[in-house]
Amino acid sequence: MDLGRGRFLAATGAAIAAGAIPGGAVAQSVKLPFANGDRPLVAFPQKRPLIVLTPRPPQLETPFAVFDQGVYTPNDAFYVRWHLANIPQSVNADTHRIAVTGLVNSALSLSLADLGAMPAVELAAVNQCSGNSRGLFEPRVAGGEWSNGAMGNALWTGVRLRDILDRAGVKAGAKQVQFNGLETGVFPATPNFKKSLDLDVARGDDVIVAYAMNGQPLPVLNGYPVRLIVPGWFATYWVKMLSAITVRDTVDDNFWMKTAYRIPDTPNNDVLPSQTGFPTIPINRMRVRSFVTNVADGGTLPEGSRALRGIAFDGGSGIKGVEVSSDSGATWRDATLEADYGKYSFRRWHAELDVPRGTFVVAVRATGNDGATQRATAGWNPSGYMRSAIETYQVTVS
Amino acid sequence: MTKQSLIVLGIVIALSASAFAATKATPPKGTATISLPGDAGMAFKPGPGAGVVQGQCLSCHSSAYVSTQPVLTKAQWTAEVTKMKAVYGAPIPDDQVPTIVDYLTTQYGKP
Ligand code: HEC
Repeated sequence: MDLGRGRFLAATGAAIAAGAIPGGAVAQSVKLPFANGDRPLVAFPQKRPLIVLTPRPPQLETPFAVFDQGVYTPNDAFYVRWHLANIPQSVNADTHRIAVTGLVNSALSLSLADLGAMPAVELAAVNQCSGNSRGLFEPRVAGGEWSNGAMGNALWTGVRLRDILDRAGVKAGAKQVQFNGLETGVFPATPNFKKSLDLDVARGDDVIVAYAMNGQPLPVLNGYPVRLIVPGWFATYWVKMLSAITVRDTVDDNFWMKTAYRIPDTPNNDVLPSQTGFPTIPINRMRVRSFVTNVADGGTLPEGSRALRGIAFDGGSGIKGVEVSSDSGATWRDATLEADYGKYSFRRWHAELDVPRGTFVVAVRATGNDGATQRATAGWNPSGYMRSAIETYQVTVS
Repeated sequence: MTKQSLIVLGIVIALSASAFAATKATPPKGTATISLPGDAGMAFKPGPGAGVVQGQCLSCHSSAYVSTQPVLTKAQWTAEVTKMKAVYGAPIPDDQVPTIVDYLTTQYGKP
């Protein structure tokens, strides 16, 4: 467990009163807790100031304090992650179509109105980037250098993918369903971003094509007018500005499935940094995680307060329990779980520390209904995916 | 945004939030348009080879993809440049690769 890491400067926004940034925002910055962690805070269209990883393509991290403010992450604070820079900046929901083709009895071209005429489903689900927390890997790995804010929880409304597939009629021999959105590369040679799910996963009860997020249209940067929602699974599959659904009779071998977004097929999906030649599989379900949200690492609780609050989630079994420790994980006591918004949602929890005044290493550990729990030691994989170790925070009680 | 329009927006959000507690949201209508800020004044560090890197590494993404990386070794930067060419189709002439790798290793890496 990494107890001595640099103190997290929680969006204190060491304000530099800089000139206007295109878009009219005022520049501020934060320092994420790893080398080369300086980031500007900029308000992109339909967004409040977020932590900019790269402006082009837009990759914006949610400041962690937002997660203390409610079980749902507001749309204007929801993180943003695109792969390719050619993103439509104007999308017409009235003319947008989703082409359903491939191994189906009748190809479809679905409008948003067509979706509106189908049975609506609503569910809360966490969307987490595969590489959330990559910057905290040790040894470091190249990639999108996120801290813990490449995730969010929203209420999604849409229609079941299964209902769409049934309407088209999936033919015998179908193996996978592939998804494409409107994002494309700057050069034609760049592999188009497409993702595929095995047919049984695609036909799951809770996989939906969502046209609303927290009761509102999706922000353009989160995939207006429709995106795929694969609850419990990492966000790489949640294709934004969804425009094509293709039923395939073969396993997708495009770059984004065959080469990228793969995890070691080893115990805990861990390997040693020196290891090579291990088998890999496509990344899939999220692992159980929990965080403290009301105080940052290195922070001080309000005078006299010993109250901790936070969030927990997993890959869809739901949270069974959360424990907190004030002695760096030597002993644990149960936290109280708050309202249940469903097995794919953030689950809020609170606890009271049983400590005198002083500085303590607080740790938080969640367990899922499937029995999986968080480990003290962070595992490692070469792409920096699915970090899920127990989080620790140096906290002062005053 | 003016103070007034912020207040109006606040009311709209409050109304729609209470409305959505009762009924499910319906599909959106119309065109949503945004204007992305581009690279917002970011640039590669000056130094030998900066011009070549500027020419070859800004077409697909911001320089921030480079400056936010951990301190990579020369072998790791070589692998990155090779990946940009081989995987993402960056049209970088082979004879410019050593200049680019030297620049990245000096400015953003370690030997
Ligand atoms: C043809 C387009 C293209 C060009 C030109 C290009 N890149 Fe990239 N680069 C990409 C894409 C696409 C990604 C990110 C893919 C993703 O989202 O996972 C990327 C990501 C990166 C990353 C992040 C780490 C990683 O491997 O994902 C680094 C560093 C990087 N590029 C460096 C460079 C450098 C240096 C150059 C110039 C030599 C360059 N790029 C030129 C397309 C390009």
